[in-house]
Amino acid sequence: MLSLLIKRLGIGLVTVFAVSLIIFFGTKILPGDAAQIRLGQAATAENVAALRERLGLDQPLLVQYWNWLKNFLSGDLGVSLSGDVPITELIKDRYRNTLFVSSLTALIGVPISLALGILGAMFPRSIYDRVLTFVSVSLVAAPEFFTATLLVLFFVFWLGIGNAVVVGSVEGKGFFELIAHFGLPITTLCFVIASQLIRMSRAAVLNVMNSPYIEMAILKGVPRNRIIYRHALLNALGPIVNVVALNLAYLVTGVIVVEVYFGYPGLATLIVQGVQTRDFVLIQGLGMLFCLTYVVLMLIADIAAYMSNPRLRHPK
Amino acid sequence: MSTDSPADQAHYVAPYDDGVSFDELPDSTPGGKFRLSFTGWVGTIVVVFWLFIAVFGPFIAPYDENDLPFPDAYSEFQEPQAGALLGTDVMDRDVLSRIMFGAGRTMGISFVATVLAYFIGVVLGIGAAVSSPKVDMVMSRINDAFLSLPSIMLGLVVVAAVGSSIPVLIVTAGVIYASVIFRLSRALGMEIKVMDFVEAARVRGEGRWWIIRREIWPNAAMPLMTDFGLRLIYVILFISSLSFLGLGVQPPQADWGSMVRENLGALQYGTSIIPVIAPAIAIATLTVAINLIVDDVSAHSGGKLSNRL
Repeated sequence: MLSLLIKRLGIGLVTVFAVSLIIFFGTKILPGDAAQIRLGQAATAENVAALRERLGLDQPLLVQYWNWLKNFLSGDLGVSLSGDVPITELIKDRYRNTLFVSSLTALIGVPISLALGILGAMFPRSIYDRVLTFVSVSLVAAPEFFTATLLVLFFVFWLGIGNAVVVGSVEGKGFFELIAHFGLPITTLCFVIASQLIRMSRAAVLNVMNSPYIEMAILKGVPRNRIIYRHALLNALGPIVNVVALNLAYLVTGVIVVEVYFGYPGLATLIVQGVQTRDFVLIQGLGMLFCLTYVVLMLIADIAAYMSNPRLRHPK
Repeated sequence: MSTDSPADQAHYVAPYDDGVSFDELPDSTPGGKFRLSFTGWVGTIVVVFWLFIAVFGPFIAPYDENDLPFPDAYSEFQEPQAGALLGTDVMDRDVLSRIMFGAGRTMGISFVATVLAYFIGVVLGIGAAVSSPKVDMVMSRINDAFLSLPSIMLGLVVVAAVGSSIPVLIVTAGVIYASVIFRLSRALGMEIKVMDFVEAARVRGEGRWWIIRREIWPNAAMPLMTDFGLRLIYVILFISSLSFLGLGVQPPQADWGSMVRENLGALQYGTSIIPVIAPAIAIATLTVAINLIVDDVSAHSGGKLSNRL
């Protein structure tokens, strides 16, 4: 078990390293360099050269990469090209919004969708299950902004509550005021992850329900509820943790579209701005942050799978 | 297989978008009569409808994509009326015409990108499966690095580096999604490679290329084709999301994703909201319809493909 964990962590580290290579050299294809962009077209050649030297851009690419990675690991994300502001400064006000919305989505969305999915697995082929499957299949294939638009239509235009854009500052608002403030983005993201979670948790429980030992329990005459709570659910727990981690990783992507849709300042809108202004120092820093989160969540998903399934720990 | 991550081996989990496990592949190729269910028919009709619009849209659209139905008036976000059946958008253009022009662009880019992804993914995947273990491992590890990045983030990095144009979009989506198909076709190749009939061919003295062409490919083709619809959905969503972020198809060209973005203002002004809802519905109906067909086909071929979504 331990050696497997270490191996998986090792693969995770290698992945992070590869990711950093892709992000760093991917953005280096960009024509023009940071010094020129920061000083503008009017800068003299001497000024540009001086800044290049100060930023370390005159060094070989590999050295630059090493320095960048070292700085990133010590929490220094570099200086934004367009605003001339340290990126950690730019992130400071925004990360709270992104974190708040994603963690609340996880807190609200995950338990509800798990309950729905498990209920579906408890009554397979019932009307409830069929409706649930149909709705979740449709939602999975629909883009995030479609779900967002439907919710805006329902809440803002039909019920007349909320606002199609998230306006106003978050300063000095209490927890519940913040929930109301970000109500629509959170609801949208809940729907986005729910559609995946419902399907996957339902499949996980159904899969356990189809195994021989459950059949044995049925044949023994164990009551249905007891089979589900005592026999099936406990064994499905590991896969479900796996599913949850995978879907939280999915949240990393979903949050980008949702932030742009509702137009509130967050990390995702910042990175989109970075791409539009070709601020590649910003893209490198934030891209690494997003990918790191994603890789860590994937790692948790895999470890959960190892923990829950002895067959994976002792591969044939 | 022992070096692979659990996602490869997990039996119980319908893998996530980027994860493919070969347990989910249909066991057999569809034989006998294939009949679509009711939902399958609905899906087919919707897809045929959009295909028709994609091909003939530009010819039957009432206006050009950048023409103004009411050039003499200030006509932003008009309600539907004679002359503009779905109303007008943020720049006074006809929403219906733009949807018809955008159909071909959204669907065309996605389709070509998916085909490209298949080409790259299948060639490299089957190549890795029949190569020596060392080559296979190197290729798989590189592929894993790509798979462990959120696809939209990769797209953002590419667009930031080289700018956005239709060829760039196609190649980007093609390369990003090739990694999923690489994994799928490598897994298939690995599975087929150890089967008795391949063994027999090898003992018979057939060359590697002959085995790929005559033994592996025919057996891998069907599962791969069933998977095509599913990948197409993801590519459509990917392209539309990039366009929605303003980093995909560039204005003034119409595209469903960018139409939603352009007209987001309509939600605040409380005017006609059709410019936002119409392109969003267009994408959703298309992807859900493809999904309905995929569900039908995979149910028929005995696999649990639909679980993969």
